[in-house]
Amino acid sequence: MAEIRLEQLAHSYHGNPSKPADYALRHMEHVWEQGGAYALLGPSGCGKSTLLNIISGLLVPSEGRVLYDGKSVNDLSPQQRNIAQVFQFPVVYDTMTVFENLAFPLRNQGHDRDRIDHRVREVAEALEIEPLLSRKAQNLTADEKQKVSMGRGLVRDDVAAILFDEPLTVIDPQLKWRLRRKLKEIHQRFNVTMVYVTHDQLEASTFADKIAVMYQGQIVQFGTPRELFENPQHTFVGYFIGSPGMNLLDITLGSSGVELEGRVLPVEESIVAQLRRGGEGRLQLGIRPEFVQLVASEASTLHGQVDLVQDQGTFKIVDVRLDTPSAAVIKARLGEEQLVPEGRVGLTFPAAWQRFYRDDRLVEIMP
Amino acid sequence: MKPYNNKAWWLVLPVFVLVAFSAIIPMMTVVNYSVQDIFDPSTRYFVGTEWYREILTDPRLLDSLMRQFVYSFCVLAIEVPLGIIVALSMPRRGLGVPFSLILLSLPLLVPWNVVGTIWQIIGREDIGLYGWTLNSLGLDYNYASNPRDAWATVLVMDVWHWTSLVALLCYSGLRSIPDVYYQAARIDRASSWAVFRYIQLPKLKNVLLIAVMLRFMDSFMIYTEPFVLTGGGPGTATTFLSQTLTQMALGQFDLGRAAAFSLIYFLIILLVTWVFYTAMTHNDNKG
Repeated sequence: MAEIRLEQLAHSYHGNPSKPADYALRHMEHVWEQGGAYALLGPSGCGKSTLLNIISGLLVPSEGRVLYDGKSVNDLSPQQRNIAQVFQFPVVYDTMTVFENLAFPLRNQGHDRDRIDHRVREVAEALEIEPLLSRKAQNLTADEKQKVSMGRGLVRDDVAAILFDEPLTVIDPQLKWRLRRKLKEIHQRFNVTMVYVTHDQLEASTFADKIAVMYQGQIVQFGTPRELFENPQHTFVGYFIGSPGMNLLDITLGSSGVELEGRVLPVEESIVAQLRRGGEGRLQLGIRPEFVQLVASEASTLHGQVDLVQDQGTFKIVDVRLDTPSAAVIKARLGEEQLVPEGRVGLTFPAAWQRFYRDDRLVEIMP
Repeated sequence: MKPYNNKAWWLVLPVFVLVAFSAIIPMMTVVNYSVQDIFDPSTRYFVGTEWYREILTDPRLLDSLMRQFVYSFCVLAIEVPLGIIVALSMPRRGLGVPFSLILLSLPLLVPWNVVGTIWQIIGREDIGLYGWTLNSLGLDYNYASNPRDAWATVLVMDVWHWTSLVALLCYSGLRSIPDVYYQAARIDRASSWAVFRYIQLPKLKNVLLIAVMLRFMDSFMIYTEPFVLTGGGPGTATTFLSQTLTQMALGQFDLGRAAAFSLIYFLIILLVTWVFYTAMTHNDNKG
């Protein structure tokens, strides 16, 4: 059990990284506290697995340090770090039985028989694989194998942390949900730090207390699912979290306030003043589809045509094509009971849910 | 109307003709010979199973068979573990890979009789590197007169010639193991012995099966190299089955007996190969 701290960590698969794009991980500072359940969320290729492999010691970072409880472990191998990791695809020892597979990490540490037996049964029970214990691992189905792989990670109770690298990729959706619950239960029961890598926001938010969103080799935001939803610190978080993601509109500061392709948007004077102080850079307005209001066209300065309505069962997604030169599309999410207007509509964005970004970073607005 | 006719058989016919000429007809000729005392079509006499009974009690043949089993056993016992060790110590990336692949392929490219000749020269105590070195170390080595030395030389020669095959097969098997298995083993704090025992060896099983069968069949049929090196001597110390067979068929022109012998020889190889195959795969389907 340990707190894991990343200090000025960076990694490049190139010999001589010269530009930011050469880095798989760009310099980051981060702390995973002891006992937390964390998710590392991001699209494929953003560096999630690289980061995980660096924490476990399978990869040596090109720059910076990894600290367990304040002690640098850069020079320690995964064996010495005493950490567990579960991989995306099941890894089982074919010739061993399920019991032997689960016991393997404990036997390698030289635990005594009774203790091994006890732990293996405890974990097998938690993962519901007790009936398989005497079977050869080779003949299991893919999801049974993955449960065994996860079991090998969970069976050691003295590890610094358990790292999961998209462990439920090969599992059926129904079982996936149950296993996620199981993991959460196990987390609460054993109080061990867990870091769970995924590209699925739902998976991240059901498992984790706090989510780190990664984008282009950086952690762009670390927060609770609610924080990520309500206050995306980066346009990527806005776009990646939520279904559908945040609407992002390019805006300019004109003489009469915030303008969207020449149309003035009703934004409070104090906010416009703060935006003006911020200096140069690309300005964007972000608004979640949940908060976009469709009104009669006379009631707004911004208009568009309803283009497409997707009924998702419990809610509807309405695409509104703006009548501006760029004909950008704004998505609005309406509840099942709300009426969907047809034809030309007006759009308003409640002030409380307007977010402003300068060069993709959130502009903090003081009240 | 049933969509059924026999036209598809015409498509199988070419293969059938090919197999008939390459295997079935020659084999049946041998079966035919084996039940006759035959010299030419006009000089033949039906003897039934007499040749078979005679062969199975012929001490010269039984000696040769025993020798053959011992030889194949030694070949497998040395070449398989050695091949695995060589494969494990080969580089996984960089310039060393093509270099070691070429180096290992070289012995496989040398024709059998050339291998025999090479070792005939290397083994000589006057000008041969191997023979001369052993003798200068004070060992009385002479493969032409000492049965033990002759055996050792034939074995070393085979190891030199064919271990590469096992090593290359194992190397390809090792390369196909995904990295994640090694990573998981490191996380599980497995020792390098455990990695070999529980990851590499099980994953090598299929290539090892091929290696064991190929090396068994080849070594069981070995002819050219010992024939060139020792001519089967000293005495009959290195006279293996195929040489005995050749002597019988071509030396004595004893076609009926040789035919019966060939069939028994063939069945032994088939049987042993089947036993290997069954033994190495019988666990696969168990729960």
